[in-house]
Amino acid sequence: MTAMGSSQLTPLQRIELEAVAAAVQAQFGSGISVERGSRGVALAIRLNEANVLAALSKALFWDIGCSFGGLIVEELSDRWRLSYLFLASGSGWIEVVLEVPAAVQAVPSISAEVHAADWFERETEDLFGLRFEGHPRLGDFILHDQIWPEGVAPHRKPQRRSVNVHQMHFRRRPNPDWRPLLVVQDPGSFAMPVGPVYEGGIGESLHFMLETVGEDVLRAVPRLFYKFRAVEKIAEGQQVSDVLLLAERFAATSSFAHSLAFSLAVERICALEVPKRAANLRVLLAELERLRHHAGAITGICESTALAVAASQAAIIEERLLRASCEFAGHRYLFGLNTPGGLRRDFVSRDFENLTGAVDRAVEDLHVLEDRLHFTSSFLDRLEDVGVVDPSKARDLNLVGPVGRASGRGHDLRRECPYGGYDGYTFETPREAEGDGYARLRVLFQEGYASAGLIHQAVERMEPGPVAAPCDSFVAGAALGWAEAPIGSALHWIRLDGSGVVERYRAITASFNNWLGFHAAVEDFAFQDFPIILATFGLSATECDR
Amino acid sequence: MSFWFWHGLKKGVRSTHYPREFESAAGVSPGRPVATEFDSAAEAVVAAANCPADAIVARGSAAEVKLERCIYCQHCHYGNSHLLEWHSDYEWTMAVPGRGKYQPLPTAYHRSLHVIVVDAGDCGACLHEVKQLNNPLYNMHRLGIFLTATPRAADVLLVVGPVSENMRVPLLKTYEAMPAPKRILAVGACAINGGVFGRTFMSAGGVASVLPVDLLVPGDPPPPLAILHGLLAVTGRKSPVLQAASSEGNS
Repeated sequence: MTAMGSSQLTPLQRIELEAVAAAVQAQFGSGISVERGSRGVALAIRLNEANVLAALSKALFWDIGCSFGGLIVEELSDRWRLSYLFLASGSGWIEVVLEVPAAVQAVPSISAEVHAADWFERETEDLFGLRFEGHPRLGDFILHDQIWPEGVAPHRKPQRRSVNVHQMHFRRRPNPDWRPLLVVQDPGSFAMPVGPVYEGGIGESLHFMLETVGEDVLRAVPRLFYKFRAVEKIAEGQQVSDVLLLAERFAATSSFAHSLAFSLAVERICALEVPKRAANLRVLLAELERLRHHAGAITGICESTALAVAASQAAIIEERLLRASCEFAGHRYLFGLNTPGGLRRDFVSRDFENLTGAVDRAVEDLHVLEDRLHFTSSFLDRLEDVGVVDPSKARDLNLVGPVGRASGRGHDLRRECPYGGYDGYTFETPREAEGDGYARLRVLFQEGYASAGLIHQAVERMEPGPVAAPCDSFVAGAALGWAEAPIGSALHWIRLDGSGVVERYRAITASFNNWLGFHAAVEDFAFQDFPIILATFGLSATECDR
Repeated sequence: MSFWFWHGLKKGVRSTHYPREFESAAGVSPGRPVATEFDSAAEAVVAAANCPADAIVARGSAAEVKLERCIYCQHCHYGNSHLLEWHSDYEWTMAVPGRGKYQPLPTAYHRSLHVIVVDAGDCGACLHEVKQLNNPLYNMHRLGIFLTATPRAADVLLVVGPVSENMRVPLLKTYEAMPAPKRILAVGACAINGGVFGRTFMSAGGVASVLPVDLLVPGDPPPPLAILHGLLAVTGRKSPVLQAASSEGNS
């Protein structure tokens, strides 16, 4: 399969931090102070006045060309600390820090300038009760309005688990008068509800109102957070080792990437040097997870088009990779391997031989499958020009991961912001310009092959040595860790006290980012395309909900 | 495209022979920790202290395992001292203690069992393993087990996840819509007792705190064959093999 539209792709440009610093200094002068960042952040921009926030975000995102990373809100003893992350391609993370006194109840919204910040602000309003002035639609997001009263802010500090949370405990009755917000108001229009318990097969719990006037669906905005388990809140007050278990288990289909990002953040706080062997092993395991995930995503796409034989063959590839993971690491989803400082176990050369044998076989089978799919016109007809997100929209909505890369984005943290052991590895990051379902399928295949190549490189680079640096004592502090999970970038922010107790844990996931942009792909489409668009996006509700 | 049909035929039958024969392919199951005898009571206490989920209990010089609490952190498998023995099987469905002997569905259900799956806040792994039962290597249809689209046609409610607050009402509605006789299968550590999410303002801490669970399939996640064993146990084609500790339920 060739990339027909590769000529339309804009080349990726490196953004130099010095240039960013000079540009924002010149524009905002005394409104901000720019300093070198630390512990995972390359450049920190502190705001001296809150009212330049929106203009500064706009300058970073649109004029300078940074991607938006997310919003981290912390309730410190006497103040709010809001940290807006931007990624300068090739140079690292830029943090815009706004600190306001604890009594402040509203801060400026940046959603009008940076659309990708929309859900982050809604999330903060729901969980912390901090309002964003100028945001058009706050409320009814994570805490669903039919069960939760307004004014509940469960992530606020005084409402610790042991104290207040049981007062808000479940078993409240839902409000029978609640109705979802419908936008399409044409005469004859109606809404078809889908989910949260799926009418057909197995799906994650989420809900759509397909607003339609008959054949064509005009609008389908996902209603998520049915699976919200307050991971960030229950992590507070727990030891690092216990929070690691949570980080590994809130989204199991990319559990290794999340536990890796978490471990990297802790290693930054404690200034731990990860041994070379552990770094290579982490690359190997992360890429094994990506290959397996993509095989699963391809299975999903074949299933969504009702191509049963192809779906079965893809499912066999996926199951074999799950078995190979289990044989290699003892767990089908790679639980229990990462630890701050490295890995919890070592492997012998015989393990690597078995694993690379299984990976080679999977790649061979994927090639055969891809070739056959390429000659199945009935299949291609259902993917091409379906669920199109053009590159400008993908940029606007800040899509990440394979979905973003199928719409021309070059966002790949392994390359843009290397972490762990990825320095010195050579691999391709596929990009496509069409942004339709077929482009997303091609990206999945290409990334799968690239991951297999990385696994081979990791095995070749494996050198003897320890697999973990001892992590016996903790220091107080906060740091950012990140990893390119199979679905896209995963960011974990951790604040520790001196005894290794987590004070604030924040996980920003690719699914959260991409579900926000999902509506761009589901505007005015035919009913029967809906499962296909959903499958080609391949998003995870649990990773979004946390 | 006609070639798919031909390619499908050429692949031959790939399905496992379980339950007729034990499936022994490498990697079908992560196995499970089992009770292990140590030299002294003190060593058993050390082994129990390795477990962050309180799934290991020291009893004399032996370390016993409450598998229903196990979250597969692997702390008793490698990377520590005082490790436990692991068995590489997958038949570990449990009956719920305190509810008497499990009453299987009548024989009419043996070859026609309809299952509805509800994701009540699962991390994706258990759901994914249930999904694997549909792939050709497991192919649960050959045993007369089907996933159904509607609770009205379902005999078994298979729940994964700790029951998040926002999913509680949809779960209860699904259960109410099912005709009797019906059974509830809680799959995975989270569905059994909340797992790492525990009992909080957003998690009910297991299905048992909102609905009467009939059978438990421990594991985090349980491999596909363990879930299949659970579904066979629902109709009595297999019997629950392990007994859950009596304190289990919603702690």
